[in-house]
Amino acid sequence: MAPRIGVFVCRCGTNIGAYVDVPKVVEYATTLPGVAYAEENMYTCSSDGLNKINEAIKKHSLERVVVASCTPRTHEPLFQATCEEAGVNKYLFEMANIRDQCSWVHMKEPEKATEKAKDLVRMAVAKAALLEPGDEPEIDVNPSTLVIGGGVAGMRAALSLAEQGFTVTIVEKQKQLGGMLRTFDTLFPFNQKASDVLDPLVKQVTSNPRIRVLTGSKLSSVYGFIGNFDIGVDTAGQEEKFNVGTIIVAVGADALEPKGLYHYGEDPRIVTQVQLEGFVKAGRVDAKRIVMIQCAGARIEERPYCSRICCNEALKNALNVAALGKEVYVLYRDLQTYGIHYSKLEQETKRKGVRFLKYQAEKPPRVTPEDDGLHINFYSPTVNEEMALKADLLVLSTPLIPVSDAKELSQMLKVPLDSNGFFMEAHVKLRPIDFATDGIFVCGTAHSPKDIGESVAQALGVASRASIPMAKKRVRTAAIMSQVDQTRCSGCGTCIDVCPYNALRKNEKGLAETIAAVCKGCGVCGATCPEKAITMHHFTDEQIQAQGLAALEED
Amino acid sequence: MAQLDKTFPTMDCSICILAPKMIECYRHPNITIHTQSEVVGLDGAVGDFNIKVLEHPRSVDSKKCTGCGLCSEKCPVKKPSAFQAGLGQRKAIYLAFPQAVPLIATIDRDACLWFTKGVCKTCEKVCSAKAVDYEQKENVIELNVSSVIAATGFEQYNPKDIGEYGYGRYKNVLTALEFERLVCASGPTGGVLNRPSDGKVSHNIAFIQCVGSRTQTTGYPYCSASCCMYATKEAVLIKEHEPNSHVTIFYMDLRTFGKGFQGFVDRAQSHWGVKYIRGRPGEIRENPTTKDLTILYENTEVGKVEKMVVDLVVLCTAAVPHRDNRKLGGVLGVKLDEFGFFEDKDMLSAPVESSKPGVYFCGSCHGPRDIPESVAEASATAAKASEDAVRWEVKQ
Repeated sequence: MAPRIGVFVCRCGTNIGAYVDVPKVVEYATTLPGVAYAEENMYTCSSDGLNKINEAIKKHSLERVVVASCTPRTHEPLFQATCEEAGVNKYLFEMANIRDQCSWVHMKEPEKATEKAKDLVRMAVAKAALLEPGDEPEIDVNPSTLVIGGGVAGMRAALSLAEQGFTVTIVEKQKQLGGMLRTFDTLFPFNQKASDVLDPLVKQVTSNPRIRVLTGSKLSSVYGFIGNFDIGVDTAGQEEKFNVGTIIVAVGADALEPKGLYHYGEDPRIVTQVQLEGFVKAGRVDAKRIVMIQCAGARIEERPYCSRICCNEALKNALNVAALGKEVYVLYRDLQTYGIHYSKLEQETKRKGVRFLKYQAEKPPRVTPEDDGLHINFYSPTVNEEMALKADLLVLSTPLIPVSDAKELSQMLKVPLDSNGFFMEAHVKLRPIDFATDGIFVCGTAHSPKDIGESVAQALGVASRASIPMAKKRVRTAAIMSQVDQTRCSGCGTCIDVCPYNALRKNEKGLAETIAAVCKGCGVCGATCPEKAITMHHFTDEQIQAQGLAALEED
Repeated sequence: MAQLDKTFPTMDCSICILAPKMIECYRHPNITIHTQSEVVGLDGAVGDFNIKVLEHPRSVDSKKCTGCGLCSEKCPVKKPSAFQAGLGQRKAIYLAFPQAVPLIATIDRDACLWFTKGVCKTCEKVCSAKAVDYEQKENVIELNVSSVIAATGFEQYNPKDIGEYGYGRYKNVLTALEFERLVCASGPTGGVLNRPSDGKVSHNIAFIQCVGSRTQTTGYPYCSASCCMYATKEAVLIKEHEPNSHVTIFYMDLRTFGKGFQGFVDRAQSHWGVKYIRGRPGEIRENPTTKDLTILYENTEVGKVEKMVVDLVVLCTAAVPHRDNRKLGGVLGVKLDEFGFFEDKDMLSAPVESSKPGVYFCGSCHGPRDIPESVAEASATAAKASEDAVRWEVKQ
């Protein structure tokens, strides 16, 4: 007997309701084969709307549920949880996106929007009739974490996890812990010694019995999935294997070497902020007048992002050299002194006589090294004229860039990089420190340029995120996965090659099989298999065909 | 966040990403939510805090109310809706907003005819769940916890004191939060940019940045950290709604320091044609007949004062400490900074910790920050609280 289907059409206030004729869609839904009940809701996702789904499932003995509303990306888990509560397996739920695909794109043609909404509901109902319940495999979670990178972010994440009772291995490619913090003498905005932050931290990490530190080491292999990652680490040619439940990426970032920019590398009087800091530390700043240029190599076409920390780093150094009696000019585009502490830093720098001159991206300063000094010409949009400065020392504020092996690492972990080469989170707002791949997390400047406090906050954040599956000891993975029909598979291995998640392997018979916990259900294997031996659960050929045929039907 | 239309730089619909999160919290077996409540007492120490929570009366039985909204529909008293930033109205008995969690009606006792004049009781009559309870009293609950996380957020500066911009006098000068409601499909105009004075659809809109912030005169000399980006977002929304409109943003420094921010501004300029002019306008004048607004600003590129006539001006105002911070700070025994935000123990090494062990901060209650930072910090405080709980368990 055909399953009883319930359809819930959301008005989303006026978001859908003002453009799509919702009552008409509901009325239409009741005429579709298998539909036992249909209703409209003001907001299906409100607790009132969810209660109505729950009640209707019980009252009308619904076996499949279709919600026509917004995007499954944000709302599917919520509706699925509601179905489960009412005793309907979550894989017996289907969604039609009549907001993004109807009311939003056909705002100016409400009749067509309504017709399309009917089409989408018809398709969803056709698929829903063929849905099958899914069982989510449960897997054990090894309560230990691999932290890649032993900078301030990696160390803080490790310490918090150790405090929470988990064991941690830090893999650091340098010979010692500390990361980028080692390159600084003092830290903005309070100019405290970097060693005052770093030294106690290193001591805490190295003396913690739950933390193991591998320095001069490199990740060589990663296999497996949340709860059960097999890790290979290479230390001076020695390969070591171990197993962890979660992984934290805290590899940091590199500072751009501004080769070819403003004659850097051609004249010893042209340096970076880090080099200037070295001069200050050594007590030899041989210059009377110092000019700094911000956004050297940043916010340009080749590297379009703002590196967040360079303005404040420059202000810190400007204050330190101003205190030595130097005359300082900062050539900037937009000063990134955001928030309370950096605003104060800016005000203090201005009080101490550091001068700020704005330049425009399209007319960057021109630097001419001469024997009598470095001649700097630029157009000032503030006074609307060309200006000239002569400096004894030119300091370039350069951006942070992704670490050189970011790409290699991202491929090994099967996690994505963004267009600038930094590691890309699962969702900018909802999951800012998770990867889409379960059990792998990101913090610190590996994610994007940020200051130390912000890196520490993210580090503690990932310590919490990683602790969740480890504290629960077991996790469920989605039942949307591929399954290989062993009677049809020819063992050609094409699916193994195309799988972006390493979720297929050959078994002892040489035939392909899915590793359920790793499969993300993307369907690439199913589409590629020349023998049609692969079934994608929840997206079977029959289900998609039914949906496709329904799309072509006239109503 | 529930009041915002979209969020930068991804243009995610704000309530669409927030509502499932709220319901997830509400349904979680380990989470109990006390709404209309405030923390009024705390003693003990980390690992063993005793907390007093004062529950203010809703005048509605939360166990009986189904959130159907009939009471609100029939209630005769109208008041400005805080959720609609004052641009729309609500009743004396009302649901905060349609996706509110929990979805339970509340009576505003200062507005209700029964409480003010002893008449009406319409809500009680229409409520089929018999949930209205005029006798409900405030209630104090005691909790024992091992740590406390403050996530009380911030407020927006009210720009009425900046006389030269005419906010409060000129109907077509709005704050950015008011504009969020205006541009939102669930707002009072259904997302149509009808300006307040005459309902005319606005095609020429200007944003003014750093209103009340980055100036010593208001007492908020700091940068509010998110305004450059939300102004850019609102500007793009205008272009999405009305592609032929003119949108100008007057700014001091364009703060594009977050992930994806610069790319977002670049697209606003190149793809959407949003115009950015550097400078803080000196004055806004209203045409008394048309209610159009003339902005006087210094065009630094030509070095003289120019005028721009627009339909609507949006003021991007300072993010200021919540008015209750001082009181809550006193109860929790934590320090505030000179502006009234909660003060971090150490901005670099202990960015989510207060001066008191076991009390943590996340989000804008300890200084202005954006959503991704607030969310990451929220997880950070969860880690600190978890460390406390583990230590406490070991001790037992």
